[in-house]
Amino acid sequence: MTGSRGSIATAPVVIDIRLRQGSFTLDLRETIDARTVALFGPSGSGKTTTLAAVAGLRRPCDGTIRIGNRALFDHARRIDVPPHDRRVGYVPQDLALFPHLDVRGNVMYGARPRDADVQTHAPILELLEIETFLDRPVGSLSGGERQRVALARALMTEPDLLLLDEPLAALDASLRGRILPYLERVRDELGTPMLYVSHAADEVRRVADRVIVLDNGRTARAGSPADVLPADARAGAPAGGG
Amino acid sequence: MTAELIEVTGFTLLMAALATLVMLPPGIAIAWFLARREFVGSSLVETLVSLPLVVPPVATGLLLLKLFGRRGPVGGLLEPLGVEVVFTWRGVVVAMAVMGLPLLIRAARAGFEQADRRYEEVAATLGARPWRVFRTISLPLARRALLAGTVLGFSRAIGEFGATIMLAGALPGARTLSVAIYRNAELGRDTAAMVMIGVAVAIGFAAVHLSNRLGASS
Repeated sequence: MTGSRGSIATAPVVIDIRLRQGSFTLDLRETIDARTVALFGPSGSGKTTTLAAVAGLRRPCDGTIRIGNRALFDHARRIDVPPHDRRVGYVPQDLALFPHLDVRGNVMYGARPRDADVQTHAPILELLEIETFLDRPVGSLSGGERQRVALARALMTEPDLLLLDEPLAALDASLRGRILPYLERVRDELGTPMLYVSHAADEVRRVADRVIVLDNGRTARAGSPADVLPADARAGAPAGGG
Repeated sequence: MTAELIEVTGFTLLMAALATLVMLPPGIAIAWFLARREFVGSSLVETLVSLPLVVPPVATGLLLLKLFGRRGPVGGLLEPLGVEVVFTWRGVVVAMAVMGLPLLIRAARAGFEQADRRYEEVAATLGARPWRVFRTISLPLARRALLAGTVLGFSRAIGEFGATIMLAGALPGARTLSVAIYRNAELGRDTAAMVMIGVAVAIGFAAVHLSNRLGASS
């Protein structure tokens, strides 16, 4: 739970995959060794598909996905680790909070160890300021609260990598400004590496160490936010993911 | 007449309840596979499980009689275990379960299909193995449709006649409402038949009303 940005060495994430979906082909060859990497690009560029492949929810037709030395997918070696064994936290754009469970049920669903109680993870709950509304049904939460619950739920699994799909897209400007600091806290205090999908340049500049700009399933540019994103950069298309 | 009415109604409710218990595990499993898995022969399975809805119940009953008879493929296996199905209360349960199963599967399948698959995907990324995902996400999200399907299957079992009379006959002490109504009408005991019809209508009305309410709010 300690450390600051850049002080913890992260295992490099290798995403070297080919994945076809109808007429769309994702062809990505990236080795990611930064703490927080943003996948940036217009709708349909392959951002969401990339996250789904890393989470084990879409199967590439070729290539490898590795976190450090641990292969999550390796077509040549016939390795395809099922999603429940990948130790990858995934927050989809629509959050998919379980509607039949309250906040506690949601955040504790995947908590490690399996016999953990809420107190075991008090630092995460405090970090995201959730501890005060654990017993509320998720239907009663505001947009910002829902976002924090989804983030906490993924973090409780102590993931090796956190996948965030447009985490702020559904929020209005003022709420975005209030949620961004939580994301920065997760990045700085927990040290969990993040792969962050966004089409908002200001968000990317603030959160990411490195940016991969996707266009039509391929890397168009990659580098630091300052190098890759022009001052007035926008990904072009509205929210919707790729 | 009152004693007969109580006995027949009690027997029918008990048999229908047992039949519902028997149909639930395969019904939910088949519904989930049809809703969530693409497999070779899925349309064949779908058609097969719907067949009892369209084939004359008497024909289904005769097929069950061949299947569960002493020389039948299933009856032959059960005989050494001392389990007799044909012309026993077990035959009533089997006939009711087979006839109710398609309705349960249809409702349950719709329930599983309506539940957003993303919840199951996210549960898997949170470390839940498939069985836990099924127990803690798929089943609770489809619970209203499952309940509606269970009530429908139960009410179909209550009203079952054709397959039951073929497989279990009309033995005294093992008569369902439908069979007893038929027997009373056959023997000219119209009043007794009408009272039993009233009971059957009341049970059916309550069950369908409950099922519709559950289905409407799912």
